[in-house]
Amino acid sequence: MAVLVVAEHDNASLKDATHKVVTAAKAIGGDVDVLVAGENAGAVAQEAAKIEGVRKVLHADGATLAKQLAEPMQALIAPLMDSYDALLFPASTTGKNAAPRIAAQLDVMQLSGIIAVESADTFVRPIYAGNALITVKDEQAKKVITVQPTAFKAAGDGGSASVETAAAPAGPFKSAFVSEEVAVSDRPELTAAKRVVSGGRAMGSSDEFHKVLEPLADKLGAAIGASRAAVDAGYAPNDFQVGQTGKVVAPELYVAIGISGAIQHLAGMKDSKVIVAINKDEEAPIFQVADVGLVQDYKTAVPELMDELTKAGL
Amino acid sequence: MKVLVPVKRVLDYNLKVRVKPDGSGVDLSNLKMSINPFCEIAVEEAVRMKEGGGGHAKGAASEVVAVSIGPDQAQETLRNALAIGADRGILVKADGEVEPLAVAKLLKAVVEAEKPDLVILGKQAIDDDSNQTGQMLAALLDWPQATFASKIVLGEGKATVTREVDGGLQTVDVQLPAIITTDLRLNEPRYASLPNIMKAKKKPIDAKTPADLGVDTAPRLKVVKTAEPPKRQGGVKVKTAAEAVAKLKEAGVI
Ligand SMILES: Cc1cc2nc3c(=O)[nH]c(=O)nc-3n(C[C@H](O)[C@H](O)[C@H](O)COP(=O)(O)OP(=O)(O)OC[C@H]3O[C@@H](n4cnc5c(N)ncnc54)[C@H](O)[C@@H]3O)c2cc1C
Ligand SMILES: Nc1ncnc2c1ncn2[C@@H]1O[C@H](COP(=O)(O)O)[C@@H](O)[C@H]1O
Repeated sequence: MAVLVVAEHDNASLKDATHKVVTAAKAIGGDVDVLVAGENAGAVAQEAAKIEGVRKVLHADGATLAKQLAEPMQALIAPLMDSYDALLFPASTTGKNAAPRIAAQLDVMQLSGIIAVESADTFVRPIYAGNALITVKDEQAKKVITVQPTAFKAAGDGGSASVETAAAPAGPFKSAFVSEEVAVSDRPELTAAKRVVSGGRAMGSSDEFHKVLEPLADKLGAAIGASRAAVDAGYAPNDFQVGQTGKVVAPELYVAIGISGAIQHLAGMKDSKVIVAINKDEEAPIFQVADVGLVQDYKTAVPELMDELTKAGL
Repeated sequence: MKVLVPVKRVLDYNLKVRVKPDGSGVDLSNLKMSINPFCEIAVEEAVRMKEGGGGHAKGAASEVVAVSIGPDQAQETLRNALAIGADRGILVKADGEVEPLAVAKLLKAVVEAEKPDLVILGKQAIDDDSNQTGQMLAALLDWPQATFASKIVLGEGKATVTREVDGGLQTVDVQLPAIITTDLRLNEPRYASLPNIMKAKKKPIDAKTPADLGVDTAPRLKVVKTAEPPKRQGGVKVKTAAEAVAKLKEAGVI
């Protein structure tokens, strides 16, 4: 058995999601290799070589891989699969975009967003926004899987795998990168943060969203998230959305402020260790999953919470 | 330009799913089924390309064809698409679960017969949450793809698509013919008017079978068990922020 894990990175640094997918790969068993596909991503390949339990790192570097678009990723990875039994991607937007193309070329069904490895061919994944979990047996000749990183512990560093070069595909391709708007922030990354504070429709405006959430996030060293309603209304950018169709987070502390707790939102945060909900409607469904529910107007609750956290030494 | 829109019939998103007590699956009996929300957005976008609106010139699309793979009742889903403004429907009759790979193969056969310039799918079906059919179809056809679209601008022989990605927004150009999958913020689908619902009843729906299209739909994966997720021990309320902070200390998270 040999498993290929596709690294999540931005050409500059390796994302922790990679370490988590390596853990899933190790649970499947056999040799685990990591593919770093990018442009000028040598430093990333070196980082990947340090992940504990990795046999070797394949490093493909070139302009066609700069943004890891689906077609060049398919052109690169499908031929590599001659040497592997399973291909694992993190269930990030990059992974979700590319993985099914490779599965289709290999003529296999993909398993999307697994949360547990029961054995080398049996996996658990959520369906219906996490309201049901299915255990699936995958006996296909090759397996293509996207892994929900939050469901796995990160593999440690301390390994020293060799790094081999693989050729980047030449192209041309029928799709091309034009531009991007990437938010730069000093806060921890949402899906990897230990603490997350999220705001909902109750914020009422973008100004209010930032005014209420930022000081609290600063105090807690937290990332900021949002409900779909808050994103749709323009209070927060799209990459803040937590939920079935946004990001899945599982921090130690999740603070939901003015969020009702629709199942689609819960799908993205209900595996958090401790959930705090602030909502003025005591019937709000968010309270059913909250470990600490504060039935109060956030306008009074958040300042009080800030004071109490200060008193507690934060 | 001809646009094909695959639409899936799924459990209505407002309803809570129940897992059958024997773990053999999800109980859908007597529950309201609707068009998958992402597919509804796909139909709306295609219809705007035809009627004008949402940044598209009137007549940018000449015809919008909706296609659904499912049981007889998937006709209702197609009627739904026709009421939004699609011109005609194709039903590929298949009872039971059809996996995304098989759906992609069926759609490939439909594409080869219909020769659309653009196929717009939902990014994910809210029942299986697979998020793979569009990408698979693109690979099978060797077409470019732009997934998770929040904006589509049609140009000469290409589409410029803004995609919702983890880091923010990314814009790509895809040469036509191409595959696009929709994200939630692409548009807000209209409520179909009564006259349009009536009109939709008269629009043609073609019926086909997987055998007609030469596709084997036997499942590749075996679902061994369906279970409820572990229940959270929630429901604890406190009266003050001070109590809340005390609880957080107790739990060791601050
Ligand atoms: C296909 C599909 C996919 C979806 N995907 C997602 C997803 O990924 N993520 C997601 O979040 N949603 C998603 N949704 C939307 C979801 O169904 C809900 O509409 C959304 O989560 C609601 O956001 P909200 O809780 O902020 O708003 P609301 O439901 O309007 O809740 C606002 C809450 O704020 C409370 N409130 C108001 N004022 C105050 C105040 N002053 N102080 C305290 N509390 C106050 C109210 O009591 C209420 O509970 C999806 C929906 C569909 C159909
Ligand atoms: N049975 C089906 N009939 C028509 N379209 C489908 C079907 N299954 C999936 N699709 C399309 O593929 C998209 C993504 O579905 P999935 O890959 O299952 O998450 C949906 O939004 C539809 O546009």
